[in-house]
Amino acid sequence: MNPELGNFALALACGIAAGQAILPLIGAQRRDPRLMALAPALAVGQMLCLITSFACLIHAAITNDFSVQNVAANSAVDKPLLYKITGVWGNHEGSVLLWAMILSICGGAVALFGRNLPSALQARVIAVLGGVAAGFELFCLLTSNPFARVWPAPMDGQGMNPLLQDPGLAFHPPILYTGYVGFAVPFAFAIAALMEGRVDAAWGRWVRPWAVAAWCFLTCGIALGSWWSYYVLGWGGYWFWDPVENASLIPWLTGTALVHSAIVVEKREGLKIWTVLLAIGTFSFSLSGTFLVRSGILNSVHAFANDPARGIFILGLLALVIGGSLLLFAMRAPQLTTGGLFAPVSREGLLVLNNILLCSICAVVLTGTMYPPFMSLLFGKTISVGKPFFDATTIPLAIPLMAFMGFGPMMPWKRAHMWPVLRRLWWAAALALVALVIAVVRMRDILPILATALAVWVIASSATDIVERLRLFRQPLSASLLRARSLPRAVFGAALAHAGVGVTVLGLAGMSQASHRIVEVHIGQTEMLAGDAWTLTDVRNAKGPNYDAMIATIEVRHNGRLVTTLHPAKRTFASQHQTTTEVAIHTNLISDTYGVLGDKHGTDANPTYVLRLHHNPLAPWMWLGGLVMAIGGALSLSDRRMRVGAPRRAHAANMVTPA
Amino acid sequence: MTRKTRRLWLVVACLIGLGSAAALTLNAFSSNIVFFMAPSQVHMKPPPKDRTIRLGGMVVAGSVRQEKVKDTPVAIFDVTDGQDAVSVRYEGILPDLFREGQSVVAVGTINPDGTMRATEVLAKHDETYMPKEVAEELKRTGKWDPRYGKAPDAASWNTMTAKDAPAKASDPTQHGS
Repeated sequence: MNPELGNFALALACGIAAGQAILPLIGAQRRDPRLMALAPALAVGQMLCLITSFACLIHAAITNDFSVQNVAANSAVDKPLLYKITGVWGNHEGSVLLWAMILSICGGAVALFGRNLPSALQARVIAVLGGVAAGFELFCLLTSNPFARVWPAPMDGQGMNPLLQDPGLAFHPPILYTGYVGFAVPFAFAIAALMEGRVDAAWGRWVRPWAVAAWCFLTCGIALGSWWSYYVLGWGGYWFWDPVENASLIPWLTGTALVHSAIVVEKREGLKIWTVLLAIGTFSFSLSGTFLVRSGILNSVHAFANDPARGIFILGLLALVIGGSLLLFAMRAPQLTTGGLFAPVSREGLLVLNNILLCSICAVVLTGTMYPPFMSLLFGKTISVGKPFFDATTIPLAIPLMAFMGFGPMMPWKRAHMWPVLRRLWWAAALALVALVIAVVRMRDILPILATALAVWVIASSATDIVERLRLFRQPLSASLLRARSLPRAVFGAALAHAGVGVTVLGLAGMSQASHRIVEVHIGQTEMLAGDAWTLTDVRNAKGPNYDAMIATIEVRHNGRLVTTLHPAKRTFASQHQTTTEVAIHTNLISDTYGVLGDKHGTDANPTYVLRLHHNPLAPWMWLGGLVMAIGGALSLSDRRMRVGAPRRAHAANMVTPA
Repeated sequence: MTRKTRRLWLVVACLIGLGSAAALTLNAFSSNIVFFMAPSQVHMKPPPKDRTIRLGGMVVAGSVRQEKVKDTPVAIFDVTDGQDAVSVRYEGILPDLFREGQSVVAVGTINPDGTMRATEVLAKHDETYMPKEVAEELKRTGKWDPRYGKAPDAASWNTMTAKDAPAKASDPTQHGS
């Protein structure tokens, strides 16, 4: 009964979404308040339907209802409960349903938190979200229905890919998807603004919180994904420039540009057409990122659903959403009033520079990702583009970006002068120089050394910004604290997010100095790596809920003192004839000690084991930096100026337009 | 500053940004693209010795040997595309899904003697999966037509190699003599 309820709720949601796409739009056009008032109600209704539907699928997975084909193909009786739940979105059908549910929650959020928006704008935004949702719910119903039955029902399911049986998977896809889908809201605002033919400072203020929120989730999602591949795949790497990873990086880059350019719209009424284009572009990249991967166009190790039949539907849908919005943009953008041009030395000038550099990085990542599939499609040549290509193209563009990042927040609006800003930043520059000297002594290769100095520069200049604004050290502490309370939280958020970038880059620079050894040892043998002595003391067999494991015990000593005991393992899953590697990681936040157990060689009487030992300096900082960035974003979201409820005043202010 | 000079600044900044992006991309394309090659292509037209390639094919059943150089384990195995085989030497842990008779992609450089020094060996997460490149190569050489069922399995692969390889491999030498 339950799966039918889920299926019915999904179909109902699809119908509601279709109504939500059409009725409020007519209402907004005719200025009919009753039709416009339908929008929030329909959005909330659609959200409730999809939550019900998703809950039904989870219920089917928990209760082992193998008559549901999706559950039979991806679950099994002996699978632990947590993975029965997370397994729901570990496959194509479930992940599409999750995607649709998050989109409907976004619509519900606009309905509930956007009550102070002008009703025509709110109706149009919700209508656009409804249109996108209707398309994807139809896709879910017609080509990848998670509630499809199988008869006769099998006694047991086929089980999940053991690689996906990991707590990281519980959080990574939902957070990443929330990031992807969240950019649907700025997209909907952009389309609504194009329909109205009006973009102003108030629009910038309304759209920014949604962009920042989506950006926070996307940042967390990417960091979690990178961390997941670091500890699950066991290759010692954290980023593989894999098409799936690039598919998340591209919208992140344009989304970051959007978060910055919306500031210019809000403060200076400039970059309006550009910001609308960025909002459309970011969601288009999110959409193509999620769905091109699933159609098998971009083949990669991550794609667990490769089905060209669905590809046609999804390509049509993408063409409709992206092509339609770009067409509307081309038709309406010339009617939007353009803002003024800016002086190059000013806050807005630097924000323009930030946008140019971020979009250049995005362009090279996009080229590198799309070139191989196009080459094989057009010329039948099979090539691949990997880390050397992306390193050679992105790093030279990231260096000026980071150099200017230090100046940005300190630079006054409109017309600024370099000298006063430079004078206030002298100690940040001095710190960066000290870091440069230390890096030259301690590190090899020019790029990591440069990156270290720049990362310190970014962190120090963000700190300077706060110190200067609080007048710390120049007046009594109590007065500074008083200033801190009146300073908008967005200022702290921006500084924190910038510092997070510095922390991540420090981690990346540290990881470029990582060392590893692959050894084959007897029990009791000791090997040296980066000053640590690694001793394999024991290997034993153990049984897990649905696998057999071989667990090693490695003692790591530094100067004779026991640092940690690692237990890397190899798991063999009987139901899928598959083995997975369980990495053992010990971190002290300065460096990771990372051990991997490989094959067993030799005779049973005299076995040897292959081990891979890694010393990864500053590894945790890469993801910590991502977390700091997201916290910075969340902090600026809590600023009352950013609150979605604030626009009422903004609207009043808007009427008194400055001459 | 006049409106004109401001506009000039903006245009120049955009040009510098996109221009350097394009220059970097072209430069990186010329040196960092990795070509996919099948073993028979490697034998017919060996790549320059410092050029990284991706070698794709099936692991010949019974060809995997493990050695130990000092304390480092070394795996040596043959990769075939049904016409020719290349011996691959890899220092490191083979991936969990590496199996004899299954498809594999090895990344590395070709030594002057025609063997490969791999820095990375990739096997797919999914057992039934065959790398796209390998599947294309199979179709191209006429070993497998998807219309007539599944890809041939490991056992038939090796017999095909035995039958076809000598004839193909002797071609270049005949031209040479």
